[in-house]
Amino acid sequence: MARLRNYLFVLPVLLLAAIGPSVFEMFGLVQISSFATMALAVLGLAFVWGFLGVLSLGHAAFFGLGAYAYAIAVINLGESSYAVVAAIAVPALFSVLLGYFLFFGRVSDVYLGVITLCVTLVLYNFTSATADPSYHIGAAPLGGFNGITAVPPLNWPGDPEAVLEVETMCRLCLIVLAAVYAGLVVLRRSSIGRIMVAIRESELRSELLGYDVRLYKMLGFTVSAAVAGLAGALFTAVNGYVGPSAFDLNQASQFLLWVIAGGLGSLAGPVIASFAFQYLSTWLGTTGVNTDLVFGAIIMLFVLLRLRERLPALWASASRFRRPGHRVSAFTAGPRALESGE
Amino acid sequence: MTAILETRGLTRRFGGVVAVDQVDLAVKEGELRCLIGPNGAGKSTLFKCLTHQLKPSSGEIRLGGRNLERLPPHRIARMGVAIKNQIPSVYGGLSVQENIWLAARRAHSGRALDRMVANALAEIDFDSDARASAKVDALSHAHRQWVELGMLLVTEPRLALLDEPTAGMTRDEMLKTVRIIRRLNEHSTIIVVEHDLEFISLLAKRVTVLHRGRVLVEDTMERIAQDPAVREIYLGSQWQPPAVNREA
Repeated sequence: MARLRNYLFVLPVLLLAAIGPSVFEMFGLVQISSFATMALAVLGLAFVWGFLGVLSLGHAAFFGLGAYAYAIAVINLGESSYAVVAAIAVPALFSVLLGYFLFFGRVSDVYLGVITLCVTLVLYNFTSATADPSYHIGAAPLGGFNGITAVPPLNWPGDPEAVLEVETMCRLCLIVLAAVYAGLVVLRRSSIGRIMVAIRESELRSELLGYDVRLYKMLGFTVSAAVAGLAGALFTAVNGYVGPSAFDLNQASQFLLWVIAGGLGSLAGPVIASFAFQYLSTWLGTTGVNTDLVFGAIIMLFVLLRLRERLPALWASASRFRRPGHRVSAFTAGPRALESGE
Repeated sequence: MTAILETRGLTRRFGGVVAVDQVDLAVKEGELRCLIGPNGAGKSTLFKCLTHQLKPSSGEIRLGGRNLERLPPHRIARMGVAIKNQIPSVYGGLSVQENIWLAARRAHSGRALDRMVANALAEIDFDSDARASAKVDALSHAHRQWVELGMLLVTEPRLALLDEPTAGMTRDEMLKTVRIIRRLNEHSTIIVVEHDLEFISLLAKRVTVLHRGRVLVEDTMERIAQDPAVREIYLGSQWQPPAVNREA
């Protein structure tokens, strides 16, 4: 039972996939598909940051690389199956290259954040500067600030004419989201996943036990990049468009916000948060309220809430030092009970 | 018996300070060696050099005849060197059981892994469900040290380095630690740094005294206790050996 409980979150996602197309209008379905692809992207960050403790500020880079790889490949090949493979492979290979220098070069956590963010901004500036028609890969013009437009949607494998309907696309996005979620839970519960959590807890101890910390970090980094790339491909297929905004600061910070709001160390939380924030953002767009202002306030609120969560524990430990043995709170009962069991 | 660990001219400098100075150390297979010396003698630095947590400035370290030069810490661990640092280095946010499991997982899997974890938990008296599932952060300092010793036990190291394994323990807790270390010594060579002289008298046959980064003297505990230089710098001239109860 305890094992099945970890996969429960898959049910509401699949339920939405089952009944969504008969409940929502066309516009709603496109929105749900789009939200689901972003939720998929944030799963990658929730995994690498929450379980491995690697804070990558450049998760958007892998998302954008996947989006561009899909667009370029599908325009050139005229068929989406290999384009999706390319959208996973390109960011994954890029993350191996980047990860090699970051992890084997022993770059500390803070610099890892700075470097990944810089890589994202470099890609942003590069793609923005490709407006000239001479910047093209095969038949696909990079399009500078306007990006690549009229990107073909997904088709059934092997049949470029059989384009996926909006309903099917929405179902597919949700099923992929559920499948990747389940896959990451399996990974988390495997030996590799447990060792990754151990590395988050103490790198030194893991190393002294004989684990090659660099390899595990690179593996987790690459998994998160591959997930982001797949999400980028689906996002582009849903919207028919990819532009430099995939790499901008706004995008990079949104992923972080969703993980913080959904809870670091959780997979379902960030997914739920991503749906909530995207819906809120769309709704605020119709009211004319400044979205940045509202989101800024929400971030501050979450930071304060987390502090409040921690306060009781802080008070308990502080009072334990001030008045030893005065009152056994729930916080101190555990270890004391252990010692008296001697 | 051959030397499992040999250092020649091992030196570690921090700027102008020479923390470990030309140390030649040879420890035989199966030995239980104690390392004593006043604060700042270089004991912990020596341990960190042996596991390459710190890179030696010069000199060489041989483990079973093999030069450890340029090997990263995890490779040295895989050669069978386990260390308990002075500050307990355990997975605070994880359960006792998970800590032991992670230590055993490196070299074992399947049913053998489960059995080893269960045995190690029994060895350190953490085999009841409530104790095995307790978070390590919630344990007392002594209990955390035992968890770390359990992590060492389960890896079945060739060489175990223990830096102050009884620091902050009551006498009863120290005696229990002695039992755990004797169990560890059945299969592993051990070097232990300690200040508790009763503990050392109980365990060690040979003792090495470090002073200002150098090996001052190396001998049996009985002879060390009579050595005027050691009495002067470490034991104190009035010091008498504790009445040792060998049954403990």
